[in-house]
Amino acid sequence: MFAKKGIQAAKARKTGTTIAGIVFKDGIILGADTRASEGTFIADKNCSKIHYISPNMYCCGAGTAADTEYVTRLISSKIELHSLTTERKPRVVAALTMLKQMLFRYQGYVGAYLVLGGVDSTGPHLYTVHARGSSDKLPYVTMGSGSLAAMAVFEDRYHVNMELDEAKQLVRDAIAAGIFNDLGSGSNVDLCVITKDGTDYIRPFDEANIKGVRQGKYRYKRGTTGLYT
Amino acid sequence: MAVNLITNSNDTAFSDSSPDWLNSEVMTGTTIMAVEYDGGVVIGADSRTTSGSYVVNRVTDKLTRISDSIYCCRSGSAADTQAIADIVAYSLNFHKMELDEEPLVETASSIFRDMCYRYRDSMVAGIICAGWDCFKGGQVYVIPLGGMCVRRPFTIGGSGSTYIYGYCDAHYKPNMSKNECLDFVKQAVALAMSRDGSSGGVIRLASIDKDGINRTIISGDKLPTFYDG
Repeated sequence: MFAKKGIQAAKARKTGTTIAGIVFKDGIILGADTRASEGTFIADKNCSKIHYISPNMYCCGAGTAADTEYVTRLISSKIELHSLTTERKPRVVAALTMLKQMLFRYQGYVGAYLVLGGVDSTGPHLYTVHARGSSDKLPYVTMGSGSLAAMAVFEDRYHVNMELDEAKQLVRDAIAAGIFNDLGSGSNVDLCVITKDGTDYIRPFDEANIKGVRQGKYRYKRGTTGLYT
Repeated sequence: MAVNLITNSNDTAFSDSSPDWLNSEVMTGTTIMAVEYDGGVVIGADSRTTSGSYVVNRVTDKLTRISDSIYCCRSGSAADTQAIADIVAYSLNFHKMELDEEPLVETASSIFRDMCYRYRDSMVAGIICAGWDCFKGGQVYVIPLGGMCVRRPFTIGGSGSTYIYGYCDAHYKPNMSKNECLDFVKQAVALAMSRDGSSGGVIRLASIDKDGINRTIISGDKLPTFYDG
């Protein structure tokens, strides 16, 4: 009705994004770029896309920024209460089930595309969750508009039982591929390393786009312009 | 579509922020199959999950556990079929605890039919429910899109199945042994995968009898080959 009169509905802030995660020898590494965009406009040059769920679980978000933020906070709260009542450390499948059941209930209208990773008593787990509520469990995953670029890097170089440094470098390179080749992604690389001994949130891990330094000086010398006094 | 990703014009690739394959529904464009034999069933599926033209998961497990000796093959929307399978597995487990008996395949497929019929207007789910119980032995039930439920000696499903109706009708014979059934499913699914673009990856095969499930995987380089001219 409004569209006929030439009035467009307001668009939600969608994060054209590159997010990724891998399982390596000691646990999980999650990675994300830091650009938030509204259409072609960059709304935030250094936003945080790796969200906290619990000390042993983190979740990368792509899609509608508000939805990814809200849905992860809600599940984080539910997981905290769940582990308090059960008196056990939370499991990744519990968070996954809560997330997918909520997203399915909203039939895709909650536009959250997530990469959920964590380490629990049963070992490391890595999942992707689509807005409609479907999930996949894989050793390496990517999501967002830059997921093709990032997946190309993983498909080329991923192997089982990777060492920490090699794995971190691989996730960095995957996110960097998204940053450079996808217009919706940009700025820095954030990483989150989750092992059974703890979590290491590295923000920024790498500044992929360091601003260059001007080579020469282009200022006029003092006194170039004559002045009448 | 993928075209949107490589175009340079300002409005198609970026102004909408995300390409449409990202937001298009995750579907299991699939080939699934199940055959009864004396004393059990053989089930099989390809492993491709797609979102538009992008392969989201190339090692999907579409043979989903409902109980120890009842499995389902999923086709249609990944989100819808995962949600249904989770609910059926939950209620069948509840039913099992109340009766303190292993649930029947007929009971499982009846719950599937209930859900698929009730939500037939809002869901896309084509399910094959197969398994073994002590009353009727190996059984195969089909629950196609409208929410009907029928028992069949063998059945095929998913987008890839249309290519192999002729093959299956020509090669199915009653009273096949377990190994003959395994081979029949393997050949049929491989043929479907070679003609259907939205089926592919590996073949997941399984046989279910009184002792439970026995799974096998036929990897991409071990697939049966056919005339490919």
